[in-house]
Amino acid sequence: MIRERQTPMREQPPEERIRNFNEVPLGYTADEAIREAERCLQCAHAPCVEGCPVGIDIPGFIEHVKQRRFAEAIATIKAANALPAVCGRVCPQEVQCQGVCTLAKRFEPVAIGRLERFCADWEADHEACCPAVGAPTGRRVAVIGAGPAGLTVAGELRRAGHAVTVFELLHAAGGVLMYGIPEFRLPKAIVQREIDALCDMGVEIQVNRVIGQIRTVDELLSDGFDAVFIGTGAGLPRFLGVPGENLNGVYSANEFLTRTNLMRAYRFPEYDTPIKVGERVVTVGGGNVAMDASRTALRLGAKASIIVYRRSDEELPARREEIHHAKEEGIDFQLLTNPVEFLGEGGRVRAVRCVRMELGAPDDSGRRRPIPVEGSEFEIEIDTAIIAIGNGPHPLIPQTTKDLEVNRWGNIVADPETGQTSKKGVFAGGDIVTGAATVIEAMGAGKRAAAAIDAYLSETGS
Amino acid sequence: MYKILEKRTLGPMIREYVIEAPDVARVAKAGQFIVLRLHERGERIPLTIVDVDPASGGVKLVVQEVGKSTREMGDRFHEGDNVLDFAGPLGIPSEIERFGTVICVGGGLGIAPLYPIARDLHRAGNTVIGIIGARTADLLFYEAEMSAVCDEMIAMTDDGSNGRKGFVSDPLREILASPRRIDRVWAIGPAIMMKVCSEVTREFGVPTIVSLNSVMIDGTGMCGGCRVEVGNAARFACVDGPEFDGHQVDFDLLISRQRYYAEEEACALDRYMAEQKGAAQR
Repeated sequence: MIRERQTPMREQPPEERIRNFNEVPLGYTADEAIREAERCLQCAHAPCVEGCPVGIDIPGFIEHVKQRRFAEAIATIKAANALPAVCGRVCPQEVQCQGVCTLAKRFEPVAIGRLERFCADWEADHEACCPAVGAPTGRRVAVIGAGPAGLTVAGELRRAGHAVTVFELLHAAGGVLMYGIPEFRLPKAIVQREIDALCDMGVEIQVNRVIGQIRTVDELLSDGFDAVFIGTGAGLPRFLGVPGENLNGVYSANEFLTRTNLMRAYRFPEYDTPIKVGERVVTVGGGNVAMDASRTALRLGAKASIIVYRRSDEELPARREEIHHAKEEGIDFQLLTNPVEFLGEGGRVRAVRCVRMELGAPDDSGRRRPIPVEGSEFEIEIDTAIIAIGNGPHPLIPQTTKDLEVNRWGNIVADPETGQTSKKGVFAGGDIVTGAATVIEAMGAGKRAAAAIDAYLSETGS
Repeated sequence: MYKILEKRTLGPMIREYVIEAPDVARVAKAGQFIVLRLHERGERIPLTIVDVDPASGGVKLVVQEVGKSTREMGDRFHEGDNVLDFAGPLGIPSEIERFGTVICVGGGLGIAPLYPIARDLHRAGNTVIGIIGARTADLLFYEAEMSAVCDEMIAMTDDGSNGRKGFVSDPLREILASPRRIDRVWAIGPAIMMKVCSEVTREFGVPTIVSLNSVMIDGTGMCGGCRVEVGNAARFACVDGPEFDGHQVDFDLLISRQRYYAEEEACALDRYMAEQKGAAQR
């Protein structure tokens, strides 16, 4: 008899967690994990594996969990995924592995993400399993950007025996995992642990390296790197383009989250970087980043944290779990609402003027186009606004690389299957190619690019 | 870790550092900047590059100790010590061409980033007129360095304690009003000084470049915190600048945005001073 519902995961209660930055879901115990693993049907055709952008042997690792063979379980995951503790937490499993789980046709799907997280966390408390590294091939690969795409490429190629050097612009590796996703959703110590595991495999990570300036992509190739992977991710934030947006107190989500996560502004003045929040905060946007920013604002002391989104609940692009957590924490969702102007006083924002929207005919994206309702303008008094409507590509590499084809938005043009760019030996993947997407999609692109780079290195064998 | 190769005092609370960063020293050009972080809890501090020595790998910077982090750097980081992080070069280099006659105006700390620009303009065959100024004689530095790379040099202090008494915009106006042909002006210093200089040059229709020091976090084209309005469009000082057309910059917005964290900066500085005092008493 199959249990219809997932084994629940304990969470910090909302009233408690909005006062701290600790992780919200607390993870499974071993017994809870085994209980959940028992729900897996071990389907022969394993649709879940198809649904996983990095192709983890999901039934395989779940069977190990069921048999209490946790070391084997994590080894199985790590054979396909270098960042399991991260993916178990931030992947949108509901539209990937769990979305296609056979059980989901009638019941709740197997909680694959929670099981993945359990295995990764179990490993942290026990002997780490360092994936086998192949015999040295004598080939060298440069990876630009130590985010999800770059780290995946690094792990895969290192495992194949290539020497890998990762160049990171910031002072810490991890990319969006470090600067973007908040501590309460993805503890930074966990990200660091996964990065350390890559270093243990022999991946070399150099931080504070401004590639494009200190060395161009072409120079890296002439320096003796046999291939280059560009995974430089998101860059400058998009703004609404409405009046008053440059007032003090109007942040991009990137700035707000970078101050908080990477620079630890929530511990100012113990840490040097400050942040200002005030009592009333509006976050504009409906994606995961908007949820992260609005929930961060609460934890920084906001009394009211409001999300303003121009479409309806149904169209919110954020994961349902994030929306659910945000609502539990008391985030006020002002849907079908769009900002038209920020109003200031003494250079500082004091209110946002919004207009109500209604949904009209579908637009190019297939979603119904929001149309302003005439005469519906109103003001929301605020101390801080956060604009979370996306990013352009990071500008540095396209700016400094000759003959690298980019599209009209500045994203690098790369083959979706291989990551091959317009330059020989140069591959790219992640947000720098696709525009803002998810961690696991970037990792999937990294995995495909790594396979293509490996093939390229064999073809061009020395 | 990046070693401090040299440290010297240029004036009260003004210090010059040479920090070992060979990658940066090899390629950095006038007008670019770096970001450094002193220690694990430190903020990312953007500083414009003053000079580089590819042979020794040294990058020269001048720091004015105006806040907690810069004070801490002055008090606790000495020759032979290391700073934790150092990344660069960032930003677009100054456009160095043979323009003809160029006036380089530096106010206060702005003299430091102005120096390599004046030097490179001079090397490119321009006639360079230097105007440097500070509140008082103690705070005026690089007089000799600037004199060496300028065909004419005018020093100014607000109180007349060194050179002429007055603001840097005074001789700027005099020269522009004279029959001499001036092809371009660089003005680097406090926002208000760059604003005044840009207003003066606008009257005479002389193209003017300013270098904007807005508040930055990453400094690499990611956070958008350093945005400024130039010609009514939002631009980012870190990747579109730091140099912009002074006649197009909204300086009032820049000044307002620079002051946003004044309270927090004061709080951090007070806390640091109290800590220093406590340490001295023990």
